[in-house]
Amino acid sequence: MEKKNKLQFSKTFKSNCITYGIVIVAFLIVQILLSAGLVSNLLKGLLVPLCSYAILAVSLNLTVGILGELSLGHAGFMCVGAFTSAFFSKCFMDTLPTLVRFPLAILVGAVCAGFFGLLIGIPVLRLKGDYLAIVTLAFGEIIKNIINILFIGKDSKGFHFSTTSAIDLNLEEDGQVLIKGAQGITGTPNDSSFIIGIVLLLITLFVVLNLIHSRAGRAIMAIRDNTIAAESVGINITKYKLMAFSISAALAGVAGVLYAHNLSTLIALPKNFGYNQSIMILVFVVLGGIGNIRGSVIAAVVLTLLPELLRGLNDYRMLIYAVVLIAMMLFNWAPKCIEWREKMLHKIKKNKKTTKEAE
Amino acid sequence: MSFITYLINGISLGSIYALIALGYTMVYGIAKMLNFAHGDVIMVGAFTVYTLCSILGLPPVVGVLIAVAFCTALGMGIEKMAYKPLRKASSPLAVLITAIGVSYLLQNLALLIFGANTKSFTSVISMEPIKLADGQISISGETIVTIIVCILIIIGLMLFINKTKMGQAMLAVAEDKGAAQLMGINVDGTIALTFAIGSALAAVAGVLLCSAYPSLTPYTGSMPGIKAFVAAVFGGIGSIPGAFIGGILLGIIEIFGKAYISSQLSDAIVFAVLIIVLLVKPTGLLGKNIQEKV
Amino acid sequence: MALLEANKLSISFGGLRAVDDFNIKVEKGCLYGLIGPNGAGKTTVFNLLTGVYKPNEGIITLDGENITGKKTIEINQAGIARTFQNIRLFKDLTVAENVKVGLHNHLKYSTLAGILRLPKFRKVEKEMTEQAMELLKVFDLDSEADTLAANLPYGKQRKLEIARALATRPKLLLLDEPAAGMNPNETQELMDTIRFVRDNFDMTILLIEHDMKLVSGICEELTVLNFGRVLCQGKTSDVLNNPEVIKAYLGE
Repeated sequence: MEKKNKLQFSKTFKSNCITYGIVIVAFLIVQILLSAGLVSNLLKGLLVPLCSYAILAVSLNLTVGILGELSLGHAGFMCVGAFTSAFFSKCFMDTLPTLVRFPLAILVGAVCAGFFGLLIGIPVLRLKGDYLAIVTLAFGEIIKNIINILFIGKDSKGFHFSTTSAIDLNLEEDGQVLIKGAQGITGTPNDSSFIIGIVLLLITLFVVLNLIHSRAGRAIMAIRDNTIAAESVGINITKYKLMAFSISAALAGVAGVLYAHNLSTLIALPKNFGYNQSIMILVFVVLGGIGNIRGSVIAAVVLTLLPELLRGLNDYRMLIYAVVLIAMMLFNWAPKCIEWREKMLHKIKKNKKTTKEAE
Repeated sequence: MSFITYLINGISLGSIYALIALGYTMVYGIAKMLNFAHGDVIMVGAFTVYTLCSILGLPPVVGVLIAVAFCTALGMGIEKMAYKPLRKASSPLAVLITAIGVSYLLQNLALLIFGANTKSFTSVISMEPIKLADGQISISGETIVTIIVCILIIIGLMLFINKTKMGQAMLAVAEDKGAAQLMGINVDGTIALTFAIGSALAAVAGVLLCSAYPSLTPYTGSMPGIKAFVAAVFGGIGSIPGAFIGGILLGIIEIFGKAYISSQLSDAIVFAVLIIVLLVKPTGLLGKNIQEKV
Repeated sequence: MALLEANKLSISFGGLRAVDDFNIKVEKGCLYGLIGPNGAGKTTVFNLLTGVYKPNEGIITLDGENITGKKTIEINQAGIARTFQNIRLFKDLTVAENVKVGLHNHLKYSTLAGILRLPKFRKVEKEMTEQAMELLKVFDLDSEADTLAANLPYGKQRKLEIARALATRPKLLLLDEPAAGMNPNETQELMDTIRFVRDNFDMTILLIEHDMKLVSGICEELTVLNFGRVLCQGKTSDVLNNPEVIKAYLGE
């Protein structure tokens, strides 16, 4: 019996290693292609966003697949991470070396996004399914709205805030406007790179996979499977829901940091931090398999690359996403489809058996 | 004086929210699902009228009638193809995510057909504005028609639900699907009917919305749709009078927020209302409390 | 003093008195049965005892500690564990993991230790696995430790629920219709298991059951509930021969 359980352990270990392995191999292949000069500029520009999307997908899967709650405000947490870290980096651009500044920026982004996750999670996680989805959506929109009217400047007297215009900041002559409302933050140091993106993706995977296969992860999945039963065996529902939700938010914040430090101008647009972005991340999660962490990474990469590689498809990209989303849900969740699939599987197995016997 | 103008505009916008919220609240009450695509049916309704009236030159009445018919069929089709197969799915997330997919699909189909450029919608209402208080207050024809249409529809709907057999069947299905089935009520048919009514109302709302705010894009329906859901939650989901009250209040809050606080933050204010309502009274103003059976 | 005492418990749902003036005394080590016709309020009593519902009136004490109105998880930590009439397993977790969730509050390490895979994680996880396997062996589920709970046959799912409840190391175990849906062979086996659990885990068990063979076979004392009120209480043989009880069951 002892042996069998060790087997079980090594099974998850092996599965995790395959996931890390896929990421590392993909990284190596890209590096080889890069040095051979086989990568187009377009694709080069996509490498960092790809890592950031993969991190977003993995972290959203923690909420959707493991905790079993639908969050439609994931782009909002990404937005918090992006803006807080970009703000931090701009403040310390001249005082700290990149090697110290960027890790700190990542930490700032993660902690702030995680804090917002906690803040929004405390009231919201009492709600169920649909309500939770709509409130997280609302949160994402509120964040975007607020950032679009926020002006922050700095001069010798310290920080100045305004919600109307840069002039209202009343800066001294040597002052500098850091956040310019709807024009966002410009001149964020370009600290992100593909290799940093890969490292952050690996860390995200490490955190999420290890969390799932631990005491806390089991408690979270128990709540997902049956909240009432989980309560009856003494699991603190609020604590573990909040834990999953805020870790998920913090990791989305990390993706935001990566994203922000890859751009010279950071603006909170519906396109990058709005509801549509949240939906796109959800598409990655659904296509990769709800609860399947490795699938999220693969889906994020494939769904981002495919339309870019097949330029003709680009106009239809969103349409295809929508159709894929609906088809996947029906195929995987409709009771009739499940029945049919099992029947087919059974048939195939039977056929195999008979052919084997015939041999 | 501007206060009264804002108030009337708020009620007018709120009437549109109320019409959309009715669709949400009925579908939620009966099928126990959040129909995310509901807002996009509004957009489809508006584009239908745009195509028929502005491009093909048909009279507005014909355009509106065809749009209502088209959206009704669309709503029923969506229910049958995408939601019905998932009604007995093991996870409630399944149908919710599918609804998001449908919403996305409608938006992107419209994007492919009509392009991303904003279309200017010609109002279907030709009525002179009414001037009050020596011309200091001017109420547009759209505002008046919107409020009247909304009130008429709510009254009609209440009568339909309380006085007709089909309406009673809807109440029964909302209360307990299994028991309704045992009583010989056609549950599938009732759910389809609910989607049909909700979508027809969405088409009307779409036309009114675009008559009042004449810019039309594939994303036109998405934000009002979500706000109308907020209105439905505000009023108490599942309750028809609740949807009406919630819609009107939300419209007033939005217009006042825009006028007196900040025009850029008006969406944020509406959503903050949602969060506050859910914190203070999750069942909304007129909603019922539901507890899971152990 | 009795392990579990409930005095004058009452709860109403919208004017309907689901449980009215309910009293019970369960001595330590006893195998106690709660029976009654459908809709008599038996499961509601369980829900009151485990804090799913808060009683309108009445007091519940466990081992001398007043647990009235406490939350479900506090009551579990105080020492009551239960199973459910409609099985509530963690269906996408394995059999062993289901039991490990039950061990949650007894074998601990921090979340950080889990994420970073610190030595403490390995040590405690190993201990968890051992204890879980030991429990599963009692219920003859050890060979299916890695099966998903949803894929277990019905009878074994009921057993797994009991194992999971036991993992929380309760003083009192509440079983809600443990034999529902089992065939006579399985029921017989279940009776042996329940007795074994009582004897080897030093457990006090309160169970709801409709299967009279099981009730008369293992319960030492009975309470009969009818229309939310206690109809009769006492030694099993006395209760089952009480004409009032027979009347309530056969219905006149």
